[in-house]
Amino acid sequence: MTKILLSLILMFTGAQTMAQFRVEVSGAGLTQFPIAIAGFKGNEGMTQKMAAIVQADLERSGQFRGVDPAGAVLDENARPDLSTWRKQGADALLTGSVIRVGDDRYEVRFRLWDSVRMQDLGGQSHAAPAAELRRVAHRIADAVYEKLTGEKGVFATRIAYVTKSAAIYNLWVADADGESAQSALRSVEPIISPSWAPNGNQLAYVSFESRKPVVYVHDVDTGKRRLVANFKGSNSAPAWSPDGKTLALTLSRDGGSQLFLLDVGSSSAEPRRLATSTAIDTEPVFTADGRLIYFVSDRGGSPQIYKIPTTGGSAERVTFTGSYNISPTLSPDGRWLAYISRVAGAFKLHVQDLSSGQAFALTDTTADENPSFAPNGRMIIYATQQQGREALMTSTIDGKVKARLAGQSGDLREPDWGPLIPQ
Amino acid sequence: MYKWTLILALVMTLAACSSPIKLNEVNVEDKSGQASVAMKTLTPATSTAAGDKKANVATLDTTAGTKNATGAGAGTDALAAANARIIYFEFDSFVIRPEYQAMIETHARNLKVNKNQRISIEGHTDERGGREYNLALGQKRADSVRKALSLLGVPDAQMESVSFGKEKPAITGDTEVAMEKNRRAEMVIR
Repeated sequence: MTKILLSLILMFTGAQTMAQFRVEVSGAGLTQFPIAIAGFKGNEGMTQKMAAIVQADLERSGQFRGVDPAGAVLDENARPDLSTWRKQGADALLTGSVIRVGDDRYEVRFRLWDSVRMQDLGGQSHAAPAAELRRVAHRIADAVYEKLTGEKGVFATRIAYVTKSAAIYNLWVADADGESAQSALRSVEPIISPSWAPNGNQLAYVSFESRKPVVYVHDVDTGKRRLVANFKGSNSAPAWSPDGKTLALTLSRDGGSQLFLLDVGSSSAEPRRLATSTAIDTEPVFTADGRLIYFVSDRGGSPQIYKIPTTGGSAERVTFTGSYNISPTLSPDGRWLAYISRVAGAFKLHVQDLSSGQAFALTDTTADENPSFAPNGRMIIYATQQQGREALMTSTIDGKVKARLAGQSGDLREPDWGPLIPQ
Repeated sequence: MYKWTLILALVMTLAACSSPIKLNEVNVEDKSGQASVAMKTLTPATSTAAGDKKANVATLDTTAGTKNATGAGAGTDALAAANARIIYFEFDSFVIRPEYQAMIETHARNLKVNKNQRISIEGHTDERGGREYNLALGQKRADSVRKALSLLGVPDAQMESVSFGKEKPAITGDTEVAMEKNRRAEMVIR
């Protein structure tokens, strides 16, 4: 099979740095919806280019291919000649405008055209200050994505990740493209395993600031946090139940690394043991229906992924290929399991179809870590090594379209994709 | 190329001509010769990004005032000068090699004499593999040392075994020497 490599570099001019965004498309048989995104009228002199942000979002999803608008600038009132756009290969056309309506207040409008059926697919208007224009662009990308695919877009969601830069660790909350990052926590000690609560407002994570791993639940809007697991020994690997009431955790307080469940609501709650083994049990993750927990155990001699009912019981092995399978994460529809598998000494992101058991590698990198599904199940964010630095990538679940996320300098790691934010 | 330029010019012209059309105006004449298309009214987004409270994140900065007083740095170096306190492990192993037995016995004796002393045993791994799984592997190393001390009569109440996984390498880098130095358990007296 010939490998088509198409690199598309869109340059964004950020406020402080020039961020580089790269979408890599590889593999044959890829069907992508061709869309032309005209420049938004009134957006010309501004830092945040709406068309470029929307196009990057859509292309990162793997479902769209940008058709060069050749410098066209069209607002939502324009009556574009759709047959011409169709001839240029665009099955849809996005037009729009940015109008300054007050002091640091902008109105962003868009209209989507179907150039195959020659239809106006409607549009929206958003009002926002300059600092929120990226978020508006992500909302527009979501609207276009939903209109044209019938599925929810995830571009206006948030991700969490950790950077290590010099000797400082930062836990960041950023847009799904890695941009507009804001620090939720700065620490001189490591931070790992951030995990979004289903409400999208809180992060559970492991911090080493007290010279041992302990688990906090942190409200990102207020910066207030609560120490939820500081038992003797190590406390790690927090995972939320779908109702947000329970955390699954790995605790070593009774010897070994073992799985426990903890009520998050009560500060005096005692952890309940989920499973008992003489081996390592860790990295729990709930299924979307809350009935099962997938986790990693070396009870069979090497780390493999197992599943166990949330109510306890016997564990069932899920991965059978390879001798090192860790870091399970599940698509919200329960169809896919993503995990890291060691193949010939290289750690690669894999996906297993849970109905057939078929598994395949998504990457050709060698140090992949910590995958997390987008809330629509169509993309996976993960950490890897690129040119000697730790970097964040997204991949479609077939591995055909990948993008390296822009963002902070230093080593970027431990991504977790947050839930859909209701409009 | 020329054709494209012409088309583009045409598109731009049409755009310019049509710009005064109101959003809610319908049945605009289609200049492309295709069937006329109704222009829909734009839907105001139900919640604007500006009203999105989730846009702001408060920063909690724990770096101020922490300096290097995070336990091991200051507290253990004095001990380190007097006492060997690091046990190195083979790849994928939690077995304490015989050459460390004397070191462990010295620590056990001291702990039994000084009942107020507490020891933290910190397990570490090399950089290969996942962070959480390495945390569990480091815990296994720390637990082996704790069990060895326990066998020598050190009460559990004086000991805590914890793990840093691969988060605190003694030496950075992926050389074999670095990885050997990173697969370790450190005994830290508090």
